Amino acid sequence: MAVKGKERYARQMILKDFGPAGQQKLYNAKVLVIGAGGLGCPILQYLAAAGVGTLGIVDHDVVELSNLHRQILYSVADVGRLKADCAAEKLSLFNPDINIIAYPLELSNQNAALIMSKFDIIIDGSDNFPTRYMVNDACALLHLPLIYGALSESEGQVAIFNVSDADGRKVNYRDIFPNPPQPGEVLNCAEAGVLGVLPGIIGTMQAAEAIKLISGTGEPLINQMLIYNLYNNSTYKVNLSPDEASQRNLPSDLDAFLQTDYNWFCGIRATTSQIEELSPGEFREMLFDEDYEIIDVREDGELPEATFDHIRIPLSEIRKQVPAIDKDKVILFCHSGVRSILAGEILQEVYPGKEFYSLKGGILRLN
Amino acid sequence: MNIKILLFGRLTELLGQSVLHMEDVSDTNTLAQRLSSQYPGLAQIKYQVAVNQEIIHGNKALTDGMTVALMPPFSGG
Repeated sequence: MAVKGKERYARQMILKDFGPAGQQKLYNAKVLVIGAGGLGCPILQYLAAAGVGTLGIVDHDVVELSNLHRQILYSVADVGRLKADCAAEKLSLFNPDINIIAYPLELSNQNAALIMSKFDIIIDGSDNFPTRYMVNDACALLHLPLIYGALSESEGQVAIFNVSDADGRKVNYRDIFPNPPQPGEVLNCAEAGVLGVLPGIIGTMQAAEAIKLISGTGEPLINQMLIYNLYNNSTYKVNLSPDEASQRNLPSDLDAFLQTDYNWFCGIRATTSQIEELSPGEFREMLFDEDYEIIDVREDGELPEATFDHIRIPLSEIRKQVPAIDKDKVILFCHSGVRSILAGEILQEVYPGKEFYSLKGGILRLN
Repeated sequence: MNIKILLFGRLTELLGQSVLHMEDVSDTNTLAQRLSSQYPGLAQIKYQVAVNQEIIHGNKALTDGMTVALMPPFSGG
């Protein structure tokens, strides 16, 4: 492909560090932006304006009135429209010479690798931890450069992951934050509030890092995280380094990635549950101990039927009315080990003196 | 011996300031423990530690004049 519209890009093409070669690199680049919200809007607007040849947009949300103070790609007439479609339409008017692909869908571990592998740089403009960890892990497994940006009230973080520095070292999000915080520990923009200009600044920084990285201009934030404070105008830069322990938390390959439940990984039960989980082996040993009550919390009719002695009290029943339980030690199980922990937490609150256990992986893991 | 502590994100709000100083603290684990006992809410919050603008993995010895940054993860976009 050749760069079209030299006049359009003249002001950046005459920059001596960028030049026509930098413009050609931008035109050849394929960049996927995850999220077309506060961060995504300025990222998309500047990259489209700068002439990035192929821009992908993933977002499953619709435009809301409360978005407009910071998501300045949209107008009142767009309220209710899918952001990905709406953004694609506007950007193609801004710059008809580039290829824009809208993905108006929810990114999941089932579709992420397929979509992301069509691009050569990913920019994270998402607004939640499950998506951030999922995008990070996919990029690490697919060896895709990731330009990270995130906000908290009056501050923002920006970094570039999965790009080797001069010593051949590269980092990803898990080298900084190996495990997610508990829900409620960190507030997002909807909960904590944000001045509309902050995502504008941080998103523009992400766009700038993308342009620098693609064109080979300046010193991109490779293996560095920049923290910006809107209120006092301070910036703080931290050098990042890989951590072996964190790397072990990454899914080992794409199959393991497909099996990872990122909502669960970032959910409250993953980190704070007091309910002890039993391995299938431990479970089998305790099955014949008369001191334990064994309860199936699956809904009526769910298969496979357990072949050992047990009673069935569906989670939906436990939620409505906590049942009487005779024994002091209780083992709960379900299909995959998620609902049994939920049930255990409900029961533990009502029966603090009793011991509750959950079969890890559920009945699926027993055979 | 004086260590400067920079706080980011919600930690600023929780501790009521963005810069702290601590005397006679030998390593980052001791620093974290001392802060958590002073500010109990801190024990519940995940954050990453950097010493003199270098991220650390595990415990790190501190010497006079070092700056420790406590950085929580952000999710907003």
